[in-house]
Amino acid sequence: MYSHDVLVLGAGLAGMRAALEAARSGANVAMLSKVYPVRSHSNAAQGGINAALTDRGDDWHEHAYDTVKGSDFLGDQDAIEVMCREAGQELINLEHMGVIFNRDDEGRLGTRAFGGQRRARTFFVADITGQAILHVMYEQILKYNVRVYDEWYATTLITDHGRCGGVVAMEMRTGEVHAIRAKATILATGGLGRVFEPSTNALICTGDGMALAYRAGAPLMDMEMVQYHPTTLKGSGVLLSEGARGEGAYLINSRGERFMERYAPNMMELASRDVVSRAEITEINEGNDIDGCVLLDCRHLGRAKIMERLMYIHEVAMDLVGVDITKDPVPIRPGVHYQMGGIKTDVDGRCWDPAGNWKGVEGLFAAGETACVSVHGGNRLGANSLLDTVIFGRRSAEAAMDFAGANGHLEFSEDTWVGGEKASMQALLDNNGGGDLVAKLRLDMATAMDEGLGVYRTEEGMQQALNAVRGMKGRFKDVIVQDKGKAFNTNLIFALELGCMLDCAEAIAVGGIERKESRGAHSRLDYAARDDENWLKHILLYQGPGDQITKEYVPIVITQWQPEERKY
Amino acid sequence: MQAKVNVRRFNPDEERPKSYTQQFDVEVEEHFTVLDTLIKVREEIDGSLALRCSCRAAICGSCAMRVNGHAVLACKARVSQHLSDDGQVTVEPAGNQPVIKDLVVDLEPFWDKLRAVEPYLQPAMPEPEAEYLAPNEVMLHLVDVMGCIMCGACVSDCTVLEVDPNFLGPAALAKAYRFVADTRDEEDTKRLGIYNAYGGIWDCTRCGECVQACPKGVAPMDRIMALREKAVESGTPPGSYEGAQYGYRHSVAFEEIITHKGRLEETQLVVKTLGMFNLPKLLGMAPMALSAMFRRKMPPPITRAAPGVGQVRRLANRIRWNRLSKVE
Repeated sequence: MYSHDVLVLGAGLAGMRAALEAARSGANVAMLSKVYPVRSHSNAAQGGINAALTDRGDDWHEHAYDTVKGSDFLGDQDAIEVMCREAGQELINLEHMGVIFNRDDEGRLGTRAFGGQRRARTFFVADITGQAILHVMYEQILKYNVRVYDEWYATTLITDHGRCGGVVAMEMRTGEVHAIRAKATILATGGLGRVFEPSTNALICTGDGMALAYRAGAPLMDMEMVQYHPTTLKGSGVLLSEGARGEGAYLINSRGERFMERYAPNMMELASRDVVSRAEITEINEGNDIDGCVLLDCRHLGRAKIMERLMYIHEVAMDLVGVDITKDPVPIRPGVHYQMGGIKTDVDGRCWDPAGNWKGVEGLFAAGETACVSVHGGNRLGANSLLDTVIFGRRSAEAAMDFAGANGHLEFSEDTWVGGEKASMQALLDNNGGGDLVAKLRLDMATAMDEGLGVYRTEEGMQQALNAVRGMKGRFKDVIVQDKGKAFNTNLIFALELGCMLDCAEAIAVGGIERKESRGAHSRLDYAARDDENWLKHILLYQGPGDQITKEYVPIVITQWQPEERKY
Repeated sequence: MQAKVNVRRFNPDEERPKSYTQQFDVEVEEHFTVLDTLIKVREEIDGSLALRCSCRAAICGSCAMRVNGHAVLACKARVSQHLSDDGQVTVEPAGNQPVIKDLVVDLEPFWDKLRAVEPYLQPAMPEPEAEYLAPNEVMLHLVDVMGCIMCGACVSDCTVLEVDPNFLGPAALAKAYRFVADTRDEEDTKRLGIYNAYGGIWDCTRCGECVQACPKGVAPMDRIMALREKAVESGTPPGSYEGAQYGYRHSVAFEEIITHKGRLEETQLVVKTLGMFNLPKLLGMAPMALSAMFRRKMPPPITRAAPGVGQVRRLANRIRWNRLSKVE
């Protein structure tokens, strides 16, 4: 059996940062990913990474306050403090690894402005920051010769009595199913954007890690907090970076007005994402739209600046909608972008509470978008996601190594676990009856979620979505996998991913119905105000017993910033 | 709009696997990319069609494949622009790599070659406390190379790899350039030594296919030429690989002759490249020389300097000077 001290699932920025930390310490570490590491969705982070550098006269407390306010006071302030305090050093680490960041006139790291922050503290590489960091992180993985299970798909966590001891995974190239034993397992599997249609997310963002942890008994937290990004392309929903507005681009409606004047007179286009997305939907609903969209106008930035700093979105707009952003405004609308919620962890990535205040799975860690620490609360600030991945990727690796040092391997029967997974895959392959095709069922789910859990929500709409998703969970048992082969059976993988997405979708809808207030990205027409008296708390969801979902609440950690009215 | 999509397929699960072409009739919209079209096939017609794809926005590098014989990123290629008059388009797996299934190729050799160029920053120790200082122009220049998404389109269409699988190839060498051009990396001499070896920078034939195929404007061939320039300028010895020695001397001799005579003396170029006393190789050129002579195309062995050669020398000096100040 394959055996490691630390096994990292997912090879995006959080996963690679974790694996790198473990490898540097000499631990027996491996990464497992359903795509080659540089294909991971961290690539798509365009705008930058936040850090308050003291030698620029910035202060991490300021960054932390902006993050707390951005989170609509749902973020845990102890975790936010950790992230913002450690940001500077981690940023310098990235530069030392070889990331090529844009510079100022003195050759030091340069900054750009970003949404929801009163200071320019976003460090960037043109508008390909995620890609530039991801590829450099992979360089380091190659340097330290980390073992990578490339194109393997994990189907279940191996657990016994609330302790995780590794995973069962399929090698996609051969279709063989294996158990991999690990003293500590880190989930760094990214987001779940494909639960919605459209979405900025890549086709691989299917909430696998969240579903795996949830099924294994770990709680999902604040799942209703799904971020709509204000500037996504019409149709495909592909992202156009907030960096555009950071560099000074305008949002205009069909009448040519910079409508943000009316919604966020101080910060204008650079208000928090939830605020801007709501403003856009309001404009669209009031008829100030052009074919369901508003416009992102970059023309006044000038060709030189656009080609230096926004070259990628220039390329994407040209390729996908045929608009040259140096010459014309481009139609955009809010689109699903990021899951603030996820697997509940502490500030060291643990998916269980050593103090016992909430239940979880021992030996299991999570970092990045799949986790909910929670540093983003109800709304993530732009350029805090890359920061989240590297800070909590590293910290979870440190804690995982400690855990692996203090604990042996979990004893389990390889045959039983592998046999069980093979049997459930075979059951899917054996479906030949009148079930749905995988893609059809996925689209039905994603459309229902888009309708019921959009930018504005109501009890009725969310309940409808939940009922629909529950119906689809029934239909899923009969889903048709057309490819019956072993080698590179992506059809089977999509079916397994769909199973994960349905679990996540249900949790999002349940969380949404449960939270009877409007906070951050969760805006309800039937509970329009924030309700600090009753809802200044996290919602934890546990799968079971049976088809039930068990809800629990955990108070928000407040260290120095009391909730106040949120204005931009 | 109707598209007839001819997909090259291969299923390794079959008893005697053989590749074949299958035609799918797909209703496509004007804005559809080749990837949208293939996804539609996979989702609605045949779920067993295997291809890699993820981001749909030309950033993850998964979907390089050949469309009508040339490598593209399927998510960046509008299908309508690739349809023939009778509405057909042919989609095949990327070239120069073994096929695993349908449009999925084996990328292990690709990553192995990447590993071979030592693709990680090797700075001088110790690290500064804050960031390394670096001019923005140097960084901006590197952004263009860093734009490489490792899709392998260049490798697919590389004409050297077709005949010599040992060639490191355009993607790995473009990556190599990123470190040599990075002012923070201190291992240029070691690196150029590696890149000078068999399979390295001197084995590129400058056909330009990689520049054409690259969906991100990285222009790998230009990076390989820039590495050659660095190798010559820095005086990095070409090592024991014959190909590198000839390539290296060819470049040096070329420049020497031009600045001396103001025109190219091809006979001299051959002699200086191969070496005055390298009789076996020189004799090997004899048939070509004779045939040229018979066709009266043999260049004279010694020519006079071109009129205005002073002008040429001044130009050459200026180029050298510019290059030096760029390196500084």
